[in-house]
Amino acid sequence: MSAATLPSPASEPILSVKDLHVRFPVAGGLLRQRRIVHAVNGVDLAVQPGQCVSLVGESGCGKSTTALAIMGLQAPSSGAIIVEGRPVYGPGAPDRLARARLAQIVFQDPFSTLNPRETIGRALSQPLMLHGVKDRCERVDRVATALRQVGLLPEHATRYPHEFSGGQRQRIGIARALILGPRLIVLDEPVSALDVSIRAQIINLLMDLQQDLGLSYLMISHDLGVVEHVSDRVAVMFAGQIVEEGGWREVFTAPAHPYTRRLIETIPNPARLTGGAQDILPPAPEPPSGTRFWPPIDQRPEIGRPPEPSTFVDIGDDHRVRVRVG
Amino acid sequence: MSGPLLDIRGLTIGIPNRNGPPLQIVRDLSFDIMPGEIFGLVGESGSGKSASALALMGLNRRPLTTLKGQALYGGQDLLAMSRRSMRKLRGDRISMIFQEPMTALNPLARIGSQIAEMFVLHRGLSWSDARPKAVEALAAVQVPDPEGRARAYPHQLSGGLRQRVMIAVAMACRPDLLIADEPTTALDVTVQAEVLRLIRELCEREGTAVLLISHDLGVIAQMCQRVGVMANGRLLELRDAKALFTDPRHPYTQGLLAALPRLGSRAVEGRHRLADLDTAIDRNAPGFAETYLRPRGEAA
Repeated sequence: MSAATLPSPASEPILSVKDLHVRFPVAGGLLRQRRIVHAVNGVDLAVQPGQCVSLVGESGCGKSTTALAIMGLQAPSSGAIIVEGRPVYGPGAPDRLARARLAQIVFQDPFSTLNPRETIGRALSQPLMLHGVKDRCERVDRVATALRQVGLLPEHATRYPHEFSGGQRQRIGIARALILGPRLIVLDEPVSALDVSIRAQIINLLMDLQQDLGLSYLMISHDLGVVEHVSDRVAVMFAGQIVEEGGWREVFTAPAHPYTRRLIETIPNPARLTGGAQDILPPAPEPPSGTRFWPPIDQRPEIGRPPEPSTFVDIGDDHRVRVRVG
Repeated sequence: MSGPLLDIRGLTIGIPNRNGPPLQIVRDLSFDIMPGEIFGLVGESGSGKSASALALMGLNRRPLTTLKGQALYGGQDLLAMSRRSMRKLRGDRISMIFQEPMTALNPLARIGSQIAEMFVLHRGLSWSDARPKAVEALAAVQVPDPEGRARAYPHQLSGGLRQRVMIAVAMACRPDLLIADEPTTALDVTVQAEVLRLIRELCEREGTAVLLISHDLGVIAQMCQRVGVMANGRLLELRDAKALFTDPRHPYTQGLLAALPRLGSRAVEGRHRLADLDTAIDRNAPGFAETYLRPRGEAA
């Protein structure tokens, strides 16, 4: 069943993150000794062309830091990020302009990323100008196309950000991400600030765009309902590490790691009330013999302490979980 | 059987207009809340659910005005009460918690004194008697190290702890009714689960009824016995929670449930397009004006 959804191994991933570490020094404690926060601790991820991969976890788990590192906005302490075959950091890394054409990001609150004194048309045509589209007519044309793609009208280009509703602003945020024609879009909590009906419209739009333009998404979210609905693959992050990863069906129908199970259990779900059979979690599987699921989820790792070694093991066709031997 | 704790009849809220009929934000809202019951009010932004709650507390600001209606509580009409007697009631018999605890807590006062204040104002205790009661109240909302936390300032606490502090303030005088307006919307899911459990357990123990306002159908389904669905300032459907979620009657409720990506639905229905409320529902159609308000206890 799941074999059919597996990407063909031959295809080159559009994004690959290899052993990403991001550490922040923090001053504090007695004698102001410097301590290190391991915000991201050995994350591996791959997004195949046309896929939507979701990174799930709670505030502070490191998922947004991972997103920023992928966008070139947060230098990693170690590890590699490769977008369309090109490393984002280190020798041979593309400059800012080139990077902007490879990957774009959509934030939770698009209003905070828009200049209130600039029309939408100007905000959308500026990247084109910077990227050498000299012909004014072509710029106007491409802005109109982007606005239409996200379900707005070309006339909207003359309006200012405050004239739009929350849902429309998120559409503008998506249009801004699309304007340079990237193939990879990072979606950082794209719908969590929106009402149910608007959320449904934006999710539908994102799914349509993915199909029509062949986009690949890395979605950062804590909304498991949305994640299950749109993702091909899911990675669950806890305390800077991916603790479970696999196809959406594997992760949602047979969650193994205690943290994944807790996330799914704690989601308030109307199906629980109506007694939907799909709501009942299958019994927790045993970790592979001689190991235990890692890290333990009831104690947060101490700040400044390097995490203990653990391994990622296969527990199914397309399903891996973090355990510790012994 | 005793009567309802709060009986709201025909509540209409709007903005008066000198040159014509007032602009109505909430129209003819009627429902009741039984003692100890958790009643849910669900709807999207602008549906009028928060304006209704604030009207009950006498907290709506001009130009928003209560135009019509009654809210009977123990024989008194909350909407016709003097500001002075409303202030006595508020925080004592009826209290409220909001989405963002940081805006409701005084950033310059220690947590302990913000809770102790409730006992001083409403119970006439001295500050020295009120302080230990504040620590007890913090312990009751399961704040670890309540004595230490009583000396902390709001910014030193996490979002989840701040919301617990708000609950401690709201529950300090053991109110009859707690109005919770989106109490967990700003919280992480696991913290949300803890805070919801706390509200339910505490209110059960104290016999406090809850008016829970949320846009999150999942939260409503998990917490409430009866649920009202609001849109465009009107109550469209009022049912037992289970009946509402298994067999929604109003087209808006049906649309709202179909627009929700529900965990577990993809395995059954596939990666389908979600219902678009704007195109699927004609808010001017005659069917939209119909309401499905079932009296309590009646089978769906």
